[in-house]
Amino acid sequence: MFKYFQRRLLQAIPTFFGVTFIVFIIILAAPGDPIDMITWGANSNQKTTKELKEAMRRQLGLDRPPLEQYLYWMIGNDWTRVDYKGDGIGEAGKRRGLLRGDLGDSIKQKKPVMDLIVQRIPATLRLGVAALILGYLAGVMLGALAAVFHRTWLDQVIRIISVVGNAVPAFWLGLLLIIVFGVQLKWLPISGMEDITRRGGEFDLGDALRHMILPVFVLSLNTIAFISRFTRTQMLETLQQDYVRTAYAKGLQTRLVWLRHALKNSLLPAATFFGPSIGFLLAGAVIIEHVFQWPGMGKLVIDAVSQRDYPLVMGSVVVASVMFMIGVLISDALYVILDPRIRLE
Amino acid sequence: MARKAKIKIIGGESGRPSRSFWRDAVAFILRDRLTMLALTVLVIFTMIGVAGPPMIENVFEMDINDTRVIVRFKQPGQDGYLLGADQLGRDQFLRLIYGGRVSLTIAYLASVMTVFIGVSLGLLAGYYGRRVDDLISWMINTLSSIPPLYLFLIASAIWEPSTEALIVIMAALGWVGTTRLVRGETLSLKERDYVLAARALGASDLRILVSHIVPNVFSLVMVTMTIIAGNLILLEAGLSYLGVGIQPPTPSWGNMLTDSRSYFVTGVHLVVWPGILIMVTVLCFYLVGDGLRDALDPRRYQQQ
Repeated sequence: MFKYFQRRLLQAIPTFFGVTFIVFIIILAAPGDPIDMITWGANSNQKTTKELKEAMRRQLGLDRPPLEQYLYWMIGNDWTRVDYKGDGIGEAGKRRGLLRGDLGDSIKQKKPVMDLIVQRIPATLRLGVAALILGYLAGVMLGALAAVFHRTWLDQVIRIISVVGNAVPAFWLGLLLIIVFGVQLKWLPISGMEDITRRGGEFDLGDALRHMILPVFVLSLNTIAFISRFTRTQMLETLQQDYVRTAYAKGLQTRLVWLRHALKNSLLPAATFFGPSIGFLLAGAVIIEHVFQWPGMGKLVIDAVSQRDYPLVMGSVVVASVMFMIGVLISDALYVILDPRIRLE
Repeated sequence: MARKAKIKIIGGESGRPSRSFWRDAVAFILRDRLTMLALTVLVIFTMIGVAGPPMIENVFEMDINDTRVIVRFKQPGQDGYLLGADQLGRDQFLRLIYGGRVSLTIAYLASVMTVFIGVSLGLLAGYYGRRVDDLISWMINTLSSIPPLYLFLIASAIWEPSTEALIVIMAALGWVGTTRLVRGETLSLKERDYVLAARALGASDLRILVSHIVPNVFSLVMVTMTIIAGNLILLEAGLSYLGVGIQPPTPSWGNMLTDSRSYFVTGVHLVVWPGILIMVTVLCFYLVGDGLRDALDPRRYQQQ
């Protein structure tokens, strides 16, 4: 088993480099001069002079050939002569590189990208973890119910929920729920958590929960749909097994047979979906955070993209991908631990 | 003569005339009411998308970008505005027709392109193995390690693509799932005896791929394609909603929702309708996919 994980970790290395490479290529292939894109409309009263643009280009290292740019982004440029012209302008572009935890500075916010991302991760995690828990709990429960009451109206209703739950655009559902519960009934706040952080740092659990109900529900919908479908299929199969019949035959309570014997062995497909679901949640969070004005990583990416803040865009994608890769690794580990039948060579 | 008669008797014993796999699948779908309903809805939407816009422009001589301030936020059903008017006083019903045209164009073209790339690479990786497989698998691992939306988001935000370019981007970045599926299937198919037999008869790699492996992954690919079409509509809607997909004034079901935050009170009908259409269309694609999966499943005979 240890060997298996060792191999998985080793495999993650080329994947990680692939991710950084693709992100770099996409940004490199962006049409137009990045400096023009960045400075366009930035300060309308003061026209950006040619010298200023040139300085900016050198600070961002955009005057170097692409391969060199990639290398500096990855391993930094503090080991070379950064300020090769000796006029002090290039000095500001000194960085330690992605592999040493430095993603460069944000162009618009003038702060290290890493700090900006780290600031936003807790909000996204709070949303994502809550959605993950809700998605798994509700999904497993609905799936198990559907299997136990196979071919009854309850089964049909749950199936419809899971199909529709996949087809409904989550952001639209969010908008509708905001209209119903936020605007018309005025039960729940209509936008994000920002007011909580502004309110003198006092953390109010009730208020936080009220802010979380809608986004967490909307975000978990996809997971609920998938998990309930997986659990239902597997549970139907498990209920046919001999040992379940034995459990019935020895006079065990029906409820205990379901919970202790059938359900336990029906959780495996749900566990394998753990990795992908982290990806879905990270991706879903981008739109949901936009809908609910939630100050997380998704909102950071969208703002960065619309402001053409390239270092921030690249950094966030890499960080999100690393989080996703860790999730998939955990998911694989769960799979192996949960199912002793799996033998790994 | 005698031989012919004998065959007839055997046919009579099995109780039904023999039919090809595909005719059987079609017959199965025709009996599957839910799938037929979904298929009908898709056909109707497609026909409206194809015929609607030219009819609106040439027969009724209306312009969907016609803005009239007096009818802003007109409620549905008033003054001939079937689904009301939007924040600029444009007819929502007409805009939804145009939006559907965009969404369906993307769904059809991009899913076909995605599947084409996906199947080609999957066949290559699965059949040739070794270096080719290593390279393609690395690409699969890499692309699927980036949370799905992030990649599309940055690509389409940076290139600000036209509809056609968006389709290409979606296909260029979205083939991973199909490739993984086809690769796995090809890996197992190429070990089968009939492939060995074909090779023993001197069939070339191309011939084995085209006439022995492709037909066997075909039904799998058809199902995947319908599901992908549904996913692409959701993706387009999401991107357009965020303002990086289809750019206004071209209406799309997604970008019609972009500004909805600012008229939650006055324009509820503007939020409701685009979403319902997205949901119904995606649902229909998924249902057709499910129906196809059942119809094309060879194991169906054993269960019956």
